[in-house]
Amino acid sequence: MSNTSKFSEGVVAESKRSYIKRLATQGMRIDGRNFDEIRPIKITTGYVPRAEGSALVELGETKVLVGVKIEPGEPFPDTPNMGIMTTNVELVPLASPTFEPGPPSEEAIELARVVDRGIRESHAIDMEKLVIEEGEKVWIVFIDMHILDYHGNLFDACGIAAIAALNNAIVPASRYGFGDDFKLPLNHYPVPVTFAKIGEWIVADPNLDEESIASARLTVTTNEEGKINAMQKGLYGTFTYDEVKKVINRSLDIGKKVRDKILGDANGEED
Amino acid sequence: MEEKKRVRDIVVPGEEIRVEGKPGRGVFVENGKMYSAYLGILDVRAGYVNVIPLSGCYIPKKGDKVIGKIVDLAPMNWVVDINAPYYAPLHVNDVPWRVEFGDTGRFLSIGDVILAKVSNVNELGQVWITMKEPGLRKLEGGHIIKIAPSKVPRVIGKGGSMIQMLKDYTNCRIYVGQNGMIWISGSPDGIITVIKAIRMIENEAHTYGLTDRIKEFLERGEE
Repeated sequence: MSNTSKFSEGVVAESKRSYIKRLATQGMRIDGRNFDEIRPIKITTGYVPRAEGSALVELGETKVLVGVKIEPGEPFPDTPNMGIMTTNVELVPLASPTFEPGPPSEEAIELARVVDRGIRESHAIDMEKLVIEEGEKVWIVFIDMHILDYHGNLFDACGIAAIAALNNAIVPASRYGFGDDFKLPLNHYPVPVTFAKIGEWIVADPNLDEESIASARLTVTTNEEGKINAMQKGLYGTFTYDEVKKVINRSLDIGKKVRDKILGDANGEED
Repeated sequence: MEEKKRVRDIVVPGEEIRVEGKPGRGVFVENGKMYSAYLGILDVRAGYVNVIPLSGCYIPKKGDKVIGKIVDLAPMNWVVDINAPYYAPLHVNDVPWRVEFGDTGRFLSIGDVILAKVSNVNELGQVWITMKEPGLRKLEGGHIIKIAPSKVPRVIGKGGSMIQMLKDYTNCRIYVGQNGMIWISGSPDGIITVIKAIRMIENEAHTYGLTDRIKEFLERGEE
């Protein structure tokens, strides 16, 4: 029991566990997908009109809403020539029977950090262009993620929604009297792809049932140049060296398809 | 057949029900008037006025056969999740085996699925269940899915017609608990077909001619 994801309900029926494994021996998954297949993605950008940028992402039945707010503020003393980015995740009780109100849980913090790292380490946002006055005033980008419906694999849903919302964001310079509004400058488009290990099988984009019996989880964030930007391993199970290599290759393929979808949906915006 | 033509009335919580009859389930009486307690369908049967909720969790009723999942062990009982507001204790006296004190884990462990009967419910909604009856047992293998308890009658069909059809076409063994938990055992292809059919029934539960459409779906799947 301690070996399962903390996101999901505590007790998984033994019959469900063995059924998923029995399907896997025949190369099948509980919702009829292939091992490398992710659930259908639907991206609605500009969903929240009052936010600077926003995206509603549905990954199968998982649903997340990301809003981007951009405000002027003071830079950190060690990076006076760079803007600031912060990410935050809310696991609201309406998304799942297992989510409780209160301060952010361990899971919410991990989720926010994985998404944050993917964007930060890929240098997706051109932070140097977010300086208004060096050392004095820079733009602060807030990425707020709200989980509306939890049906497994929040990492990918949030990561996709975050980059889609950033791609849709406009810096509101005229509101604060700093010149004309401009599009948030993006250099890269990192996309996270999460894999779960069930028995000896590795499946992409685990749904709720698969996530609840997975022994290990690996999220790989890659950008459009095929670079690995961030990785996060979760749960108590292990991956072999070959498995990690395989996962990285598969995440590049899947990431490319997802990226085309994000950029295609953003009003035909091209890199 | 004439019944079919009539559109069933939908009531909201607190709505006064002006229908002749005695108050049944899902209805409360205040100042001599009947009101609906749920968002649901008005159903007048055998002189009783009932409101069948459109959704919501399972409200246990004495005598119901339910499918439960063991979530905890204690020296003298198991704790069973039957999809109701409260977990139900299953006492060692209510199982068909002789269990020594503290030896519950040898017979049923956490995550096991059982077929049980609701032996008692009190006014607080607390439930007691039993397995001491022929046919009640631990369900081994297979797969379980959950549906809204209000949709259970549609999955079973009139006189068990729907469930029998699913069994005949897929060669699966299927148990439907009154609490909306369904246990399916058979070949993976069969189980997948059954799940698809049940989801279809769940989505179209309010429509007429459902059995024919499910039959059509199963026949297409066979090809």
